[in-house]
Amino acid sequence: MSEFALILVSTVLVNNFVLVKFLGLCPFMGVSKKLETATGMALATTFVLTLSSIASYLVNTYLLAPFELEYLRTITFILVIAAVVQVTEMIVHKTSPLLYQVLGIYLPLITTNCAVLGVALLNVQTEYNFMQSATYGFGASIGFSLVLILFSAIRERLTVSDIPMPFQGPAIALITAGLMSMAFMGFSGLVKG
Amino acid sequence: MLSAILVVGLLAVIFGVVLGFTAVKFKVEGDPLVEKIDKLLPQTQCGQCGFPGCKPYAEAIANGGAEINQCPPGGEQTIHDLADLLDREIIPLNPENGEVTEKTVVIIDEETCIGCTLCIQACPIDAIVGAAKQMHTVIESECTGCDLCIPPCPVDCIIITPVKKDLKTWQWDKPAELGFEKNEFEENVFKETDYKKIDLDKLHANKSDTQ
Repeated sequence: MSEFALILVSTVLVNNFVLVKFLGLCPFMGVSKKLETATGMALATTFVLTLSSIASYLVNTYLLAPFELEYLRTITFILVIAAVVQVTEMIVHKTSPLLYQVLGIYLPLITTNCAVLGVALLNVQTEYNFMQSATYGFGASIGFSLVLILFSAIRERLTVSDIPMPFQGPAIALITAGLMSMAFMGFSGLVKG
Repeated sequence: MLSAILVVGLLAVIFGVVLGFTAVKFKVEGDPLVEKIDKLLPQTQCGQCGFPGCKPYAEAIANGGAEINQCPPGGEQTIHDLADLLDREIIPLNPENGEVTEKTVVIIDEETCIGCTLCIQACPIDAIVGAAKQMHTVIESECTGCDLCIPPCPVDCIIITPVKKDLKTWQWDKPAELGFEKNEFEENVFKETDYKKIDLDKLHANKSDTQ
Protein backbone atom coordinates (compact mmCIF):
# COMPACT_ATOMS: atom_id res chain seq x y z
CA MET A 1 0.00 0.00 0.00
CA SER A 2 2.75 2.42 0.96
CA GLU A 3 4.33 1.63 -2.37
CA PHE A 4 1.30 3.04 -4.22
CA ALA A 5 1.24 6.07 -1.93
CA LEU A 6 4.90 6.63 -2.77
CA ILE A 7 4.19 6.41 -6.51
CA LEU A 8 1.33 8.85 -6.12
CA VAL A 9 3.28 11.44 -4.12
CA SER A 10 6.23 11.02 -6.43
CA THR A 11 4.22 11.62 -9.61
CA VAL A 12 1.93 14.31 -8.27
CA LEU A 13 4.47 16.47 -6.48
CA VAL A 14 8.08 15.43 -6.80
CA ASN A 15 8.30 14.38 -10.43
CA ASN A 16 5.36 16.43 -11.62
CA PHE A 17 4.99 15.81 -15.32
CA VAL A 18 4.41 19.40 -16.29
CA LEU A 19 6.61 21.39 -13.97
CA VAL A 20 9.52 19.01 -13.40
CA LYS A 21 9.56 16.73 -16.44
CA PHE A 22 8.23 19.42 -18.81
CA LEU A 23 5.80 17.09 -20.54
CA GLY A 24 2.35 18.17 -21.64
CA LEU A 25 3.17 21.85 -21.83
CA CYS A 26 0.87 22.63 -24.75
CA PRO A 27 -2.43 22.10 -22.93
CA PHE A 28 -0.81 23.63 -19.84
CA MET A 29 -0.38 26.93 -21.69
CA GLY A 30 -3.29 26.55 -24.11
CA VAL A 31 -6.27 25.68 -21.91
CA SER A 32 -5.34 27.56 -18.75
CA LYS A 33 -6.97 30.90 -19.49
CA LYS A 34 -10.20 30.05 -17.69
CA LEU A 35 -10.62 28.02 -14.55
CA GLU A 36 -13.69 26.21 -15.82
CA THR A 37 -12.12 25.12 -19.09
CA ALA A 38 -9.01 24.06 -17.24
CA THR A 39 -11.06 21.92 -14.89
CA GLY A 40 -12.81 20.27 -17.82
CA MET A 41 -9.50 19.65 -19.55
CA ALA A 42 -8.04 18.29 -16.32
CA LEU A 43 -10.92 15.84 -15.98
CA ALA A 44 -10.72 14.69 -19.60
CA THR A 45 -6.95 14.27 -19.40
CA THR A 46 -7.21 12.37 -16.11
CA PHE A 47 -9.63 9.97 -17.72
CA VAL A 48 -7.56 9.50 -20.86
CA LEU A 49 -4.22 9.25 -19.07
CA THR A 50 -5.33 6.63 -16.57
CA LEU A 51 -7.14 4.57 -19.17
CA SER A 52 -4.36 4.77 -21.73
CA SER A 53 -1.68 3.86 -19.23
CA ILE A 54 -3.68 0.74 -18.28
CA ALA A 55 -4.43 -0.12 -21.91
CA SER A 56 -0.85 0.39 -23.05
CA TYR A 57 0.39 -1.79 -20.19
CA LEU A 58 -1.96 -4.59 -21.27
CA VAL A 59 -0.98 -4.25 -24.91
CA ASN A 60 2.70 -4.25 -24.03
CA THR A 61 2.58 -7.29 -21.73
CA TYR A 62 0.14 -9.49 -23.58
CA LEU A 63 0.73 -8.57 -27.20
CA LEU A 64 4.14 -6.99 -27.73
CA ALA A 65 6.28 -8.90 -25.22
CA PRO A 66 5.20 -12.48 -26.18
CA PHE A 67 5.90 -11.80 -29.85
CA GLU A 68 9.10 -9.87 -29.12
CA LEU A 69 7.76 -6.78 -30.85
CA GLU A 70 9.03 -4.22 -28.35
CA TYR A 71 10.38 -2.12 -31.20
CA LEU A 72 6.76 -1.37 -32.18
CA ARG A 73 6.05 0.09 -28.76
CA THR A 74 5.81 3.77 -29.67
CA ILE A 75 3.55 3.28 -32.67
CA THR A 76 1.20 0.89 -30.91
CA PHE A 77 0.99 3.19 -27.89
CA ILE A 78 0.05 6.07 -30.15
CA LEU A 79 -2.65 3.83 -31.62
CA VAL A 80 -3.90 2.98 -28.13
CA ILE A 81 -3.96 6.64 -27.06
CA ALA A 82 -5.72 7.75 -30.24
CA ALA A 83 -8.43 5.15 -29.70
CA VAL A 84 -8.90 6.09 -26.02
CA VAL A 85 -9.13 9.78 -26.91
CA GLN A 86 -11.70 9.05 -29.61
CA VAL A 87 -13.83 7.11 -27.14
CA THR A 88 -13.52 9.93 -24.58
CA GLU A 89 -14.50 12.48 -27.18
CA MET A 90 -17.64 10.59 -28.08
CA ILE A 91 -18.61 10.17 -24.44
CA VAL A 92 -18.01 13.86 -23.65
CA HIS A 93 -19.95 14.93 -26.74
CA LYS A 94 -22.92 12.91 -25.59
CA THR A 95 -22.83 13.64 -21.88
CA SER A 96 -21.66 17.25 -21.74
CA PRO A 97 -22.09 19.15 -25.02
CA LEU A 98 -21.04 22.41 -23.42
CA LEU A 99 -17.75 20.99 -22.17
CA TYR A 100 -17.32 19.51 -25.64
CA GLN A 101 -17.73 22.94 -27.19
CA VAL A 102 -15.51 24.62 -24.62
CA LEU A 103 -12.68 22.10 -24.97
CA GLY A 104 -13.07 22.23 -28.75
CA ILE A 105 -9.86 21.38 -30.54
CA TYR A 106 -8.02 20.62 -27.30
CA LEU A 107 -9.98 17.45 -26.71
CA PRO A 108 -8.66 15.56 -29.77
CA LEU A 109 -5.31 17.20 -29.09
CA ILE A 110 -4.99 15.11 -25.91
CA THR A 111 -3.77 12.52 -28.42
CA THR A 112 -0.66 14.58 -28.96
CA ASN A 113 -0.26 15.46 -25.29
CA CYS A 114 3.28 14.23 -24.74
CA ALA A 115 2.51 13.47 -21.09
CA VAL A 116 0.15 10.70 -22.19
CA LEU A 117 2.70 8.94 -24.35
CA GLY A 118 5.40 9.75 -21.82
CA VAL A 119 3.54 7.98 -19.02
CA ALA A 120 2.91 4.91 -21.19
CA LEU A 121 6.58 4.66 -22.17
CA LEU A 122 7.91 5.38 -18.68
CA ASN A 123 5.66 2.63 -17.30
CA VAL A 124 7.40 0.12 -19.52
CA GLN A 125 10.85 1.57 -18.92
CA THR A 126 10.57 1.31 -15.13
CA GLU A 127 9.01 -2.18 -15.48
CA TYR A 128 5.96 -1.44 -13.40
CA ASN A 129 3.34 -4.14 -12.96
CA PHE A 130 -0.35 -3.67 -13.72
CA MET A 131 -1.43 -1.92 -10.51
CA GLN A 132 1.72 0.18 -10.41
CA SER A 133 1.18 1.33 -14.00
CA ALA A 134 -2.41 2.27 -13.25
CA THR A 135 -1.33 4.21 -10.14
CA TYR A 136 1.48 5.87 -12.06
CA GLY A 137 -0.89 6.96 -14.83
CA PHE A 138 -3.47 8.17 -12.31
CA GLY A 139 -0.85 10.02 -10.25
CA ALA A 140 0.58 11.66 -13.35
CA SER A 141 -2.85 12.87 -14.40
CA ILE A 142 -3.62 14.14 -10.90
CA GLY A 143 -0.34 16.04 -10.95
CA PHE A 144 -1.19 17.43 -14.37
CA SER A 145 -4.68 18.44 -13.22
CA LEU A 146 -3.34 20.03 -10.05
CA VAL A 147 -0.87 22.33 -11.75
CA LEU A 148 -3.25 23.07 -14.63
CA ILE A 149 -5.99 24.20 -12.24
CA LEU A 150 -3.56 26.13 -10.02
CA PHE A 151 -2.05 27.80 -13.05
CA SER A 152 -5.41 28.76 -14.55
CA ALA A 153 -6.52 30.20 -11.21
CA ILE A 154 -3.37 32.33 -11.14
CA ARG A 155 -3.90 33.39 -14.75
CA GLU A 156 -7.47 34.43 -14.04
CA ARG A 157 -6.21 36.72 -11.31
CA LEU A 158 -3.40 37.98 -13.56
CA THR A 159 -5.89 39.26 -16.12
CA VAL A 160 -7.22 41.82 -13.65
CA SER A 161 -3.91 42.78 -12.11
CA ASP A 162 -1.70 45.65 -13.11
CA ILE A 163 1.03 44.14 -15.32
CA PRO A 164 3.61 46.28 -17.13
CA MET A 165 2.91 46.50 -20.86
CA PRO A 166 5.80 44.37 -22.17
CA PHE A 167 4.92 41.52 -19.82
CA GLN A 168 1.24 41.28 -20.59
CA GLY A 169 -0.25 38.11 -22.04
CA PRO A 170 1.85 35.02 -22.68
CA ALA A 171 5.00 36.63 -21.26
CA ILE A 172 3.71 36.85 -17.72
CA ALA A 173 2.12 33.40 -18.14
CA LEU A 174 5.50 31.87 -18.97
CA ILE A 175 7.14 33.68 -16.07
CA THR A 176 4.42 32.38 -13.77
CA ALA A 177 4.93 28.86 -15.07
CA GLY A 178 8.65 29.21 -14.41
CA LEU A 179 8.05 30.37 -10.86
CA MET A 180 5.64 27.48 -10.26
CA SER A 181 8.23 25.09 -11.62
CA MET A 182 10.81 26.46 -9.22
CA ALA A 183 8.34 26.12 -6.37
CA PHE A 184 7.78 22.47 -7.28
CA MET A 185 11.54 21.90 -7.25
CA GLY A 186 11.18 22.36 -3.51
CA PHE A 187 9.57 18.92 -3.36
CA SER A 188 12.61 17.16 -4.80
CA GLY A 189 14.21 14.83 -2.31
CA LEU A 190 10.87 14.19 -0.64
CA VAL A 191 10.54 10.81 -2.32
CA LYS A 192 13.05 8.91 -4.39
CA GLY A 193 12.02 7.79 -7.87
CA MET B 1 7.77 -9.65 -39.57
CA LEU B 2 4.48 -11.46 -40.18
CA SER B 3 3.69 -11.50 -36.46
CA ALA B 4 4.26 -7.74 -36.31
CA ILE B 5 1.73 -7.14 -39.06
CA LEU B 6 -0.72 -9.54 -37.43
CA VAL B 7 -0.39 -7.98 -33.97
CA VAL B 8 -0.80 -4.40 -35.17
CA GLY B 9 -3.64 -5.54 -37.42
CA LEU B 10 -5.32 -7.28 -34.50
CA LEU B 11 -4.97 -4.16 -32.36
CA ALA B 12 -6.48 -2.05 -35.11
CA VAL B 13 -9.43 -4.46 -35.39
CA ILE B 14 -10.00 -4.42 -31.59
CA PHE B 15 -9.96 -0.61 -31.44
CA GLY B 16 -12.15 -0.43 -34.52
CA VAL B 17 -14.76 -2.61 -32.81
CA VAL B 18 -14.57 -0.59 -29.57
CA LEU B 19 -14.87 2.71 -31.44
CA GLY B 20 -17.70 1.43 -33.57
CA PHE B 21 -19.54 0.27 -30.48
CA THR B 22 -19.15 3.63 -28.68
CA ALA B 23 -20.15 5.49 -31.84
CA VAL B 24 -23.45 3.64 -31.81
CA LYS B 25 -23.92 3.74 -28.05
CA PHE B 26 -23.11 7.45 -27.65
CA LYS B 27 -24.67 8.65 -30.85
CA VAL B 28 -25.48 12.37 -30.70
CA GLU B 29 -28.67 13.32 -32.45
CA GLY B 30 -28.79 16.94 -33.50
CA ASP B 31 -26.93 19.47 -31.46
CA PRO B 32 -27.79 19.05 -27.75
CA LEU B 33 -26.49 22.53 -27.00
CA VAL B 34 -29.16 24.04 -29.24
CA GLU B 35 -31.81 22.14 -27.28
CA LYS B 36 -30.46 23.50 -24.00
CA ILE B 37 -30.43 27.10 -25.28
CA ASP B 38 -33.90 26.65 -26.78
CA LYS B 39 -35.22 25.54 -23.39
CA LEU B 40 -34.09 28.81 -21.80
CA LEU B 41 -35.82 30.96 -24.38
CA PRO B 42 -39.40 32.09 -23.62
CA GLN B 43 -40.88 30.31 -26.68
CA THR B 44 -42.95 33.31 -27.71
CA GLN B 45 -41.81 32.71 -31.31
CA CYS B 46 -42.17 36.47 -31.75
CA GLY B 47 -39.19 36.96 -34.05
CA GLN B 48 -38.03 40.15 -32.33
CA CYS B 49 -34.51 38.72 -32.22
CA GLY B 50 -34.39 38.82 -36.02
CA PHE B 51 -34.74 35.07 -36.43
CA PRO B 52 -37.95 33.29 -37.41
CA GLY B 53 -38.56 31.80 -33.98
CA CYS B 54 -36.86 30.66 -30.80
CA LYS B 55 -35.24 27.53 -32.21
CA PRO B 56 -33.46 29.31 -35.10
CA TYR B 57 -32.27 31.93 -32.60
CA ALA B 58 -30.96 29.14 -30.36
CA GLU B 59 -29.12 27.65 -33.33
CA ALA B 60 -27.64 31.04 -34.16
CA ILE B 61 -26.43 31.48 -30.57
CA ALA B 62 -24.86 28.04 -30.61
CA ASN B 63 -23.05 28.77 -33.89
CA GLY B 64 -21.90 32.16 -32.66
CA GLY B 65 -24.09 33.92 -35.23
CA ALA B 66 -26.04 35.89 -32.65
CA GLU B 67 -25.51 37.58 -29.32
CA ILE B 68 -27.40 36.47 -26.22
CA ASN B 69 -29.04 39.88 -25.71
CA GLN B 70 -31.59 39.84 -28.53
CA CYS B 71 -34.62 38.47 -26.72
CA PRO B 72 -36.90 41.22 -25.31
CA PRO B 73 -39.66 38.89 -24.05
CA GLY B 74 -37.12 36.93 -22.05
CA GLY B 75 -35.63 40.11 -20.64
CA GLU B 76 -32.78 40.21 -18.20
CA GLN B 77 -33.52 36.80 -16.75
CA THR B 78 -33.01 35.04 -20.08
CA ILE B 79 -29.77 36.92 -20.75
CA HIS B 80 -28.60 35.94 -17.29
CA ASP B 81 -29.49 32.26 -17.79
CA LEU B 82 -27.89 32.16 -21.24
CA ALA B 83 -24.72 33.80 -19.96
CA ASP B 84 -24.68 31.19 -17.22
CA LEU B 85 -25.13 28.28 -19.61
CA LEU B 86 -22.66 29.50 -22.22
CA ASP B 87 -20.17 30.96 -19.78
CA ARG B 88 -20.32 34.41 -21.34
CA GLU B 89 -20.45 37.92 -19.97
CA ILE B 90 -23.84 39.32 -19.02
CA ILE B 91 -24.69 42.12 -21.45
CA PRO B 92 -27.68 44.48 -21.46
CA LEU B 93 -30.56 43.87 -23.84
CA ASN B 94 -29.93 45.14 -27.36
CA PRO B 95 -32.32 48.11 -27.81
CA GLU B 96 -32.54 47.38 -31.56
CA ASN B 97 -34.55 44.28 -30.78
CA GLY B 98 -37.05 46.04 -28.57
CA GLU B 99 -37.64 46.73 -24.92
CA VAL B 100 -38.80 44.64 -22.04
CA THR B 101 -42.50 45.27 -21.71
CA GLU B 102 -45.17 44.06 -19.40
CA LYS B 103 -46.46 40.67 -20.34
CA THR B 104 -49.50 41.04 -22.57
CA VAL B 105 -51.95 38.84 -24.40
CA VAL B 106 -54.24 39.72 -27.29
CA ILE B 107 -57.99 39.53 -27.34
CA ILE B 108 -60.13 39.44 -30.46
CA ASP B 109 -63.12 41.74 -30.46
CA GLU B 110 -65.61 39.13 -31.55
CA GLU B 111 -68.21 41.64 -32.75
CA THR B 112 -65.88 43.15 -35.31
CA CYS B 113 -64.16 39.95 -36.45
CA ILE B 114 -65.05 39.01 -40.02
CA GLY B 115 -63.50 35.54 -39.91
CA CYS B 116 -60.76 36.08 -42.48
CA THR B 117 -58.35 33.56 -40.81
CA LEU B 118 -55.35 35.83 -41.51
CA CYS B 119 -54.48 36.02 -37.84
CA ILE B 120 -54.69 32.23 -37.51
CA GLN B 121 -52.05 31.92 -40.22
CA ALA B 122 -49.84 34.49 -38.52
CA CYS B 123 -49.97 32.94 -35.04
CA PRO B 124 -46.72 31.04 -34.46
CA ILE B 125 -48.11 28.86 -31.69
CA ASP B 126 -51.65 28.16 -32.96
CA ALA B 127 -53.32 29.96 -30.09
CA ILE B 128 -56.14 31.34 -32.25
CA VAL B 129 -59.08 29.12 -33.06
CA GLY B 130 -61.78 29.71 -35.64
CA ALA B 131 -62.73 28.91 -39.20
CA ALA B 132 -63.32 30.88 -42.40
CA LYS B 133 -66.24 33.33 -42.05
CA GLN B 134 -66.70 32.28 -38.44
CA MET B 135 -65.50 34.52 -35.67
CA HIS B 136 -62.13 33.70 -34.12
CA THR B 137 -60.97 33.74 -30.56
CA VAL B 138 -57.67 33.61 -28.72
CA ILE B 139 -56.85 30.89 -26.23
CA GLU B 140 -55.57 33.24 -23.57
CA SER B 141 -53.52 30.68 -21.66
CA GLU B 142 -51.61 29.82 -24.84
CA CYS B 143 -51.03 33.36 -26.11
CA THR B 144 -47.41 34.45 -25.71
CA GLY B 145 -48.00 38.13 -26.44
CA CYS B 146 -45.87 38.22 -29.57
CA ASP B 147 -48.36 40.55 -31.34
CA LEU B 148 -47.63 38.95 -34.73
CA CYS B 149 -51.36 38.60 -35.43
CA ILE B 150 -52.00 42.35 -35.29
CA PRO B 151 -50.52 43.56 -38.62
CA PRO B 152 -52.44 41.09 -40.85
CA CYS B 153 -55.86 41.86 -39.32
CA PRO B 154 -57.86 43.86 -41.93
CA VAL B 155 -60.46 45.20 -39.48
CA ASP B 156 -58.15 45.89 -36.51
CA CYS B 157 -60.22 43.84 -34.15
CA ILE B 158 -57.28 42.51 -32.14
CA ILE B 159 -56.57 44.33 -28.91
CA ILE B 160 -53.44 44.07 -26.75
CA THR B 161 -54.29 43.69 -23.09
CA PRO B 162 -51.98 43.26 -20.13
CA VAL B 163 -52.19 39.92 -18.38
CA LYS B 164 -54.70 40.10 -15.57
CA LYS B 165 -53.13 39.87 -12.15
CA ASP B 166 -54.37 36.84 -10.30
CA LEU B 167 -52.80 34.36 -7.93
CA LYS B 168 -50.95 32.61 -10.74
CA THR B 169 -49.53 35.63 -12.53
CA TRP B 170 -48.91 38.04 -9.67
CA GLN B 171 -45.34 39.04 -8.90
CA TRP B 172 -43.50 41.78 -7.07
CA ASP B 173 -42.81 44.96 -8.99
CA LYS B 174 -39.43 44.92 -10.65
CA PRO B 175 -36.97 47.36 -9.08
CA ALA B 176 -36.85 49.41 -12.28
CA GLU B 177 -40.56 50.13 -11.94
CA LEU B 178 -40.21 51.58 -8.48
CA GLY B 179 -39.37 55.02 -9.78
CA PHE B 180 -35.73 54.95 -10.77
CA GLU B 181 -33.94 53.87 -13.89
CA LYS B 182 -32.48 50.38 -14.04
CA ASN B 183 -28.89 51.57 -14.38
CA GLU B 184 -29.28 53.87 -11.44
CA PHE B 185 -30.60 50.96 -9.43
CA GLU B 186 -27.59 48.82 -10.30
CA GLU B 187 -25.23 51.61 -9.30
CA ASN B 188 -27.02 52.06 -6.04
CA VAL B 189 -26.85 48.40 -5.16
CA PHE B 190 -23.09 48.52 -5.13
CA LYS B 191 -22.72 51.97 -3.67
CA GLU B 192 -24.47 53.50 -0.76
CA THR B 193 -28.17 53.59 -1.49
CA ASP B 194 -29.30 57.14 -2.05
CA TYR B 195 -32.90 57.14 -0.97
CA LYS B 196 -33.44 60.65 -2.22
CA LYS B 197 -33.19 59.39 -5.75
CA ILE B 198 -36.38 57.42 -5.35
CA ASP B 199 -39.23 59.59 -6.42
CA LEU B 200 -41.59 59.07 -3.51
CA ASP B 201 -44.59 60.64 -5.20
CA LYS B 202 -44.20 58.37 -8.17
CA LEU B 203 -43.87 55.40 -5.87
CA HIS B 204 -47.15 56.24 -4.18
CA ALA B 205 -48.80 56.89 -7.50
CA ASN B 206 -47.68 53.46 -8.68
CA LYS B 207 -49.06 51.86 -5.58
CA SER B 208 -52.44 53.54 -5.78
CA ASP B 209 -52.63 52.50 -9.44
CA THR B 210 -52.37 48.88 -8.60
CA GLN B 211 -54.75 49.02 -5.71
